[in-house]
Order: sequence, then structure tokens, then C-alpha cells
Amino acid sequence: MLTEVNMTINGAAVSGKVEARTLLVEFIRDHLKLTGTHVGCDTTQCGCCVVHVDGRAVKSCTILALQARGTSVTTIEGLAAADGSLHPMQEAFREHHGLQCGFCTPGMVMMGIDIARRHPNADEHTVRHELEGNICRCTGYQGIVEAIVDASRVMATAGEKV
Amino acid sequence: MGQFGIGQPVRRKEDVRLLTGKGVYTDDVNIDGQVFGVFVRSPQANAVINAIDIETALAAEGVVAIYTGEDLAADGVGTLETEVEMADLAGNPMFRPKRTLLATGKVRFLGEPVAIVLAETQEQARAAAELVMVDYDQLPSIASTAGAVDPSSPPVWPEHGSNVSVHWENRPASEIDVHMERAKTRVTVDIVNNRLVPNPMEPRAAVAHFDAATGMMTLYAPTQGGRRIQGGLAKGILKIPADKMRVISQDTGGGFGIRGKLYPELGVVCWAARRSGRPVKWRGDRNETFVSDYHGRDQVNHAELGLDENGRVVALKVHTILNVGAYMGENGPRLPISGGGRIIPGVYDIENFYFSVKPVFTNTVPTDTYRGAGRPEANFLMERLMDAAADATGLARDEIRRRNVIRQDQMPYMTQMGLLIDSGDFIGNMDMAMEHSDWKGFEARRKESEKNGRLRGIGLGNFVEAAGGRPTEEMRVRISADGKATVFAGTYSHGQGHETVYAQLIEEYLGVPFDDVSLVQGDTATSPMGSAGTFGSRSSWMGGLGIRRSSDAIVAKGKKIAAKLLQGDEEAVSFENGVFSAGAGSVTIQEVAKAAQEPKNLPEGMEPGLDESFNVKRDAELFNFPNGCHVCEVEIDPDLGIAQIVGYTAVDDCGVVLNPFIVHGQVYGGIAQGIGQALTENTVYDAEGQLMTGSFMDYGMPKAQHFSHIEALFNEVRCKTNDLGVKGAGEAGACGAPSAFVSAVMNALSPYGIKHIDMPLTPDRIWQAIADAKSAKAA
Repeated sequence: MLTEVNMTINGAAVSGKVEARTLLVEFIRDHLKLTGTHVGCDTTQCGCCVVHVDGRAVKSCTILALQARGTSVTTIEGLAAADGSLHPMQEAFREHHGLQCGFCTPGMVMMGIDIARRHPNADEHTVRHELEGNICRCTGYQGIVEAIVDASRVMATAGEKV
Repeated sequence: MGQFGIGQPVRRKEDVRLLTGKGVYTDDVNIDGQVFGVFVRSPQANAVINAIDIETALAAEGVVAIYTGEDLAADGVGTLETEVEMADLAGNPMFRPKRTLLATGKVRFLGEPVAIVLAETQEQARAAAELVMVDYDQLPSIASTAGAVDPSSPPVWPEHGSNVSVHWENRPASEIDVHMERAKTRVTVDIVNNRLVPNPMEPRAAVAHFDAATGMMTLYAPTQGGRRIQGGLAKGILKIPADKMRVISQDTGGGFGIRGKLYPELGVVCWAARRSGRPVKWRGDRNETFVSDYHGRDQVNHAELGLDENGRVVALKVHTILNVGAYMGENGPRLPISGGGRIIPGVYDIENFYFSVKPVFTNTVPTDTYRGAGRPEANFLMERLMDAAADATGLARDEIRRRNVIRQDQMPYMTQMGLLIDSGDFIGNMDMAMEHSDWKGFEARRKESEKNGRLRGIGLGNFVEAAGGRPTEEMRVRISADGKATVFAGTYSHGQGHETVYAQLIEEYLGVPFDDVSLVQGDTATSPMGSAGTFGSRSSWMGGLGIRRSSDAIVAKGKKIAAKLLQGDEEAVSFENGVFSAGAGSVTIQEVAKAAQEPKNLPEGMEPGLDESFNVKRDAELFNFPNGCHVCEVEIDPDLGIAQIVGYTAVDDCGVVLNPFIVHGQVYGGIAQGIGQALTENTVYDAEGQLMTGSFMDYGMPKAQHFSHIEALFNEVRCKTNDLGVKGAGEAGACGAPSAFVSAVMNALSPYGIKHIDMPLTPDRIWQAIADAKSAKAA
């Protein structure tokens, strides 16, 4: 049985018919064809699928599309400004070599923003522990941690409220 | 040259695309009319297949087709076999079984694919796969590496009789025994080099499309360059001409060696697309990554080092058992020999060296190349021997190494195994690493930790690896009429930043601005025929050299055209920073590129355009030797057994550094995989051959919290065997990290008299070792 679901994604109202078991990530990737959000595991450990639901980081593989009814979802595609200028977190990942293959990157960036919002001017130790739920196999996390520490300062200074 | 030339920390071109969700990985590819394929996999480690009943599954909703190994065999689909051949000293060859793409008659490891179900949706295919009934007769199985040597272990291949495929030796052991016997000090180590699951973050996937009208098979899959897979699939599996097989990888989410392989699933998906007449999409999940991607490492080493009264090594003997799994991977059996065995003596001047290797079959996932591919194992055992030698002789850990390293005045140094090490400053690496890690100040830091009830340790590890990769890599460079340059490559960046580094080279050699250079890669339809791909730390030197030679050819041709445009002599034309000059006249390379399109501007008989290729051919044994010294510092809570890294200094000699920003990234990533092996990762099979670590819940992937800031430094010594002066960078970190970390932990645990704990040094293992030491002391 299909059920109607409505939500806002990256500022645009979207709707679709989903099965009860359809995951939010499946709705985003397969129905809406927003393929920037990735699936890296089956067990909610890797964090490649992190999106924001009403401003909070959520693993979109671990929430049903129906649970996200009426919410406002932001994915990696929704971060950069209309003129193409990058979000400070995206900019920091580029500046600090926070990505190599790019597969974990969307989840890392979305998680990084969430960390920076909860910990303005975050220190290295805090960031390392906050990344418990995100796995990267390429970078050794060094550039990712530096990027989030840096961007948390930029965002705090700018009063970032994306 | 300039801010984008060689050696500059240029930010990556590829990042904006990947940071905004515009990367295109294989699961992002969909083809109209596609069906979804799901594999039925063996739940048994070793079993006879009596029958496969597909009737119920075929009748399920949405099912299009179900294929088994018998369907493949009936259609003449080929099998996989290892590229490796070796023999024992008497000339008896290795046993090399063939692997059918889908198991037929028997299954030999948990996860082996038995059938593929095609259905209209992923959910339907998954549901129907549950309905495929396979009648198995379970057989006794073997998973243990050391246990497989036992003649009474259940044979994976009864037709061979033994699980030992061959006993390879570099020479008769007796030749070294005479040297070992004159040693004043002899030390031994026994090491379990733990099996790892490489786990790129992108799970494996494939989308295949067959065009019956043209006979063209197109496969989208994560690879490390499609050319080799193209050849294997076309000739070995599908029996079609290579030019009817196209392999496309747009973005690939990590490779680490194992993504470069021709897996059975790729062949099945292609064949199923041809047979069913529908494009087939297979999206592997993480569990399938665990049970079907090749695994890494898995050796058991017994090694002995003999030293004279001055602490100089007089003899080295190493016995290695390699677990190859149930089948032999493309390169798996070679790893302890030509992969890593040949450099076991490492950075040390060791004349008398014996090593033997027994590749053994077990009922486990096959093993193959994983970051370092034999070199991390080799360096680890050598460094553990050095620590043991320091302990036995009473010499400091750095001093025993200083007395044995190959000095710069011995370069080029021909190893006893016939490798010519062209360059390297091994003493300098140690000096730099010890200075920057404040080795001298360690004792004060240790006392401070002690006050807080913590144990503190410091350790170092030297390493050298032989980088290169096999025979050829062809590169093509074109400058179009609009003045923009394009590099066509068969090397394949799956995180290494080639788009950036190659553009730096083009700006350096041809003066075309960095922003005007693009890279075309990841498609066998556009990559040069002589290409092979990205593996073995080879792209900077083979790809880089190909770009250099192609650029040289463009300049040579450009000079002829410029001479005509400037109405001067070709010999009088010079080229610098993108400008051809002769006397007072000059013309830019962009102007020459535009003029080159018009035959009237060209000397008689010259082809239009600036478009040149060069095929780099590697002489059989021309390696380069990335090397370095890593120092690691740890603090251990003895009540919990947790070893926390508190300092890490990496000194690397990667030769000339093309982009320090990117090379540092390679070093950090390699270290993380090395520390993962030493601290958190282990692949565990139970006695029945069931995989106990089949997900991220049970398998310890290293996380950000496991590391401290890594201080990475270069001790750059130009490589003498290639014009760019580069050495490989991709695998170095994984070679240096395990020994530095384990040395540090053992140093911290030395008050308890603990000499050895097998990797990974998890809290329970450290805690148990401390508890055992305490109770032994009490007794």
C-alpha cells in the first residue's frame, strides 16, 4: 500500500507516494533522484547518509520517509547558495583537504554543520568524539577534523543559521 | 613554476563537485528498463550443493529470471584464475584452482555467490532471493591460517590433497643456517598479521547494459581503472572482442587495491544483462562487501634474526604462511613474495636472507592486494625483530637500527633479492622523526603520565616499500583550438586528486593555465590503449612521466609550427612558460594550438592538431622506494586497557613532492589504515567458518577519536630512476604505522615485562596481557 508523503527538501515542497517501509534515504535518492546523499552501510554506523531534518543531523537510513512527513529536510545539494558559493563548512573541507574519494563527504559535511551549531568554536577533542557516528576510510580524519574546527569558528563569527 | 606548478599545495579541482553532491558513483547510475539483481550467497563455509530449487522464487512477484552456475557453464562463460605462478625449489608448481563465477557443485566459503535473481524492483529481487532453496550437505571446514598447514586439516581442494598450495623458498635454508650459527645473539618473533576487510566507503555495485544491435556491452562499476577489467571480462569471461566491452567508472568511493579486481559478480551482471535482454543493476550492501570483497593481509610469520657482537645483523630467516582463502585472487599469492617478501630486510643492510612462503587454502573469502600489498606485513615483522634485538642486546631501539641501516654512501644499493634501491636517507629519517617528536623529552612526559596512573610509551618504525606497478601506462595530452588542454588517462583517480596534480604538470610543462586543463578518465572508450590503471603507488611516476613525454612531443611539434608562423628556423625557436619565441617574434601555445588546426599553417606532411600520446613502459624491475620513519606515542589506562595515541610524527621520503597538500593526505590515510590494523580491526571466523565480523557493528573501523593530530614531514630525496624524481606515496603510511604503534604500546607495557601482543591491540587484549603479567608475578 502506498501512502502520500509531503515534506520540504532544500526549500522546495515535494510529495510522493511511498511504502510504509520506505526509508527517508530511499525517498531522497530513488524518488527524488537527489544522489548526493549516500548509503555506506546497512547498520547505521557509517554516517554517509546524514541529512538535516528540521535543522538536526539525522541518519536518513534509520528513519522512515513517513516519519519525515511535514518536516524540512536539507541535503548536501541544499547547502551552497544560489550563486554557487559554498557553505563555510564545504569551503573548510576544500581548504583543509577534508575529502579524498568523496563518498563519506556529504554525511561528514552535514554532521560537521550540526557539530558546529552545537559547539561554536569547537576544539579538536570535541570534534573527534562527535564524529563517532561517521566513518571515513581515506583521510585519516585529519583534514575533516581541521575543517570542522575551522568552520565552527567561521560559523560562530558569522552567526551562521543555515 | 607559479602558484599552480609542481610542488605547490594547490587545492583540488575535484572538490566542489564532490562537496555539492554532484559526484556520480555507480549506484547513482540508472538505465531505462533496468532490472535489479540480488545474489543468493552461501550460508555455509564448505558444502556440497545437492540441488538448487528456483521454482517458488521464479513464481514470485516481479521476478524476471534466476540464473545459476549451470546456466553460465551451458553458455560457455569463462572462469577466473590467479595471474600468479610459482614453484618450489624442486620445480613442483603451485596448485592453481579455477573459480566459476557462481558456485557449481560445491561452495567453499561463506558468502560465495550461488545464483542471481533478477526482478523489477530491488525489494522484489531481495524477497525472491529468500525463496531460492539450495540443498547443501555441510562438510568440515578450515578457517585458521596456521591450522591449514596441518596435513589433517579438512582440505578445501581434496583434488590437491593438501591445503598448502606450494612451499616456495628463495634458496635452500641451509645456506643461511651457517651464518645464523655464528651469530652471538639470536632473536625470534612469532606474528599473526591479522586479516583485514578493506572496506572502501562505497559498497560494491554494478550496472550492465548490453546493446544487442551493436553487440556492445557497457558496465558501470567502481574500479581503479577499467582497462584490465575490460580485457579480463571480454576475453576470459564473456568471450567477446575487447572493443565490444566498455567499462565506465565515473566516481569511485575508495579503492585501496581491492577495487581494481575483476570480481565474479561483475561477470555475472554483464552476462545476465545479455541473457535477459534487460540492463541489470546490482547494488551490493555493506554485508556483501564483508563477504565478497577480497580481504587483506592474513599471514602468520615466524622470523629469526642473528646479530654479531656489535649488534650487526648476520642472518635473517623468515617463514610465512599466507591465507589465500578458498580460491586464489588475481595477485593474492604473490603478496608475501614479490609484493612484500623481497623487501623484508627493509632499510637494513642484510646480506644473508632466507624466506619461505606457504600459501594455504581455507574456507574464507580470498585475500588479495590491500594498501601496501605485502609491504606492511614485511616491514612490520622486520621492525618487531629490531625491537626484539634491541631488547636482547641492551642497545636502544634507535641505536640497533642505526647500526644496521643502509647508509646514503651505499646507494645505489643492490639488495640480496636483486632490487636496486636508488636513493634514501634512512638515518636522516630517524633523526628528523625523533627530533620532531621530542624523543628526548619522552621520559619527562612518561613520569607525568605515571603521576596520573597512566602508562606511557613511545615507539618508532622504519619502512621502505617497492612501488611501481606493472608494465605500461599510456597518457594522451591534447590542446584544442580554444587553447584548453585535456589529459586523457587510463590511470584512475578515486580520491588521489589526479585532476589537480595532472593540471599542475600541464601548467608546468606547457604553460597552459591550471584552470584551462581538464582530465578525462574512468572510461575505456577514452583511455589510451596502453593504460592499466591506478594501483601500486604508480600514477605519479607512470602517469606523470607519460604527461611529461606527451608534453615534450607537443612542444617539439609546436616549435615546428611556431617556426612557420614566425617565419624563422625551427632550431631558433625556444619554448618557455607557454610561449614560443624566435628572435623578436613570439607566439603563445594557445595561438599555436589554434593555428595547428589549419593545414595551411603546418609544415608539409604534418598532421593537424596538438595531440600527443606516450606509452610509459616499465622495465621489469625498475621500482622506486618510498621510505620513512614514523614515531608514535601512546598513553594507556591500565585499568581499561585502552591505548590512546597522543602523538604521531611521520617522516616520509616520497621523492619530489608534486603537491604536498595531496601527498600529506595520502600519508594520513595510509597511517589511519595502518593504525586500524594495529588498534581496532580484525576479521574473525569461528571454527565453522562463519564470519563473526560481518558488519560495522562487529568490525572495528578506526574512528576520528582513535587518532591524535599527525605531524607529517618530508625528508625529500629525489628519485633517480624517473625524470620527475617522484616515489610512490599511496601506501607508505600503511607500512610505517603498525610497527611504530605496536612499538609504543610495548614500550608502555615494559614495566610488566610484556613483550608481545598480537594485533589488533584492543582494550581487552591489553587488559588481559596486564592481568596475566600481574598474576604471573604474584605466583
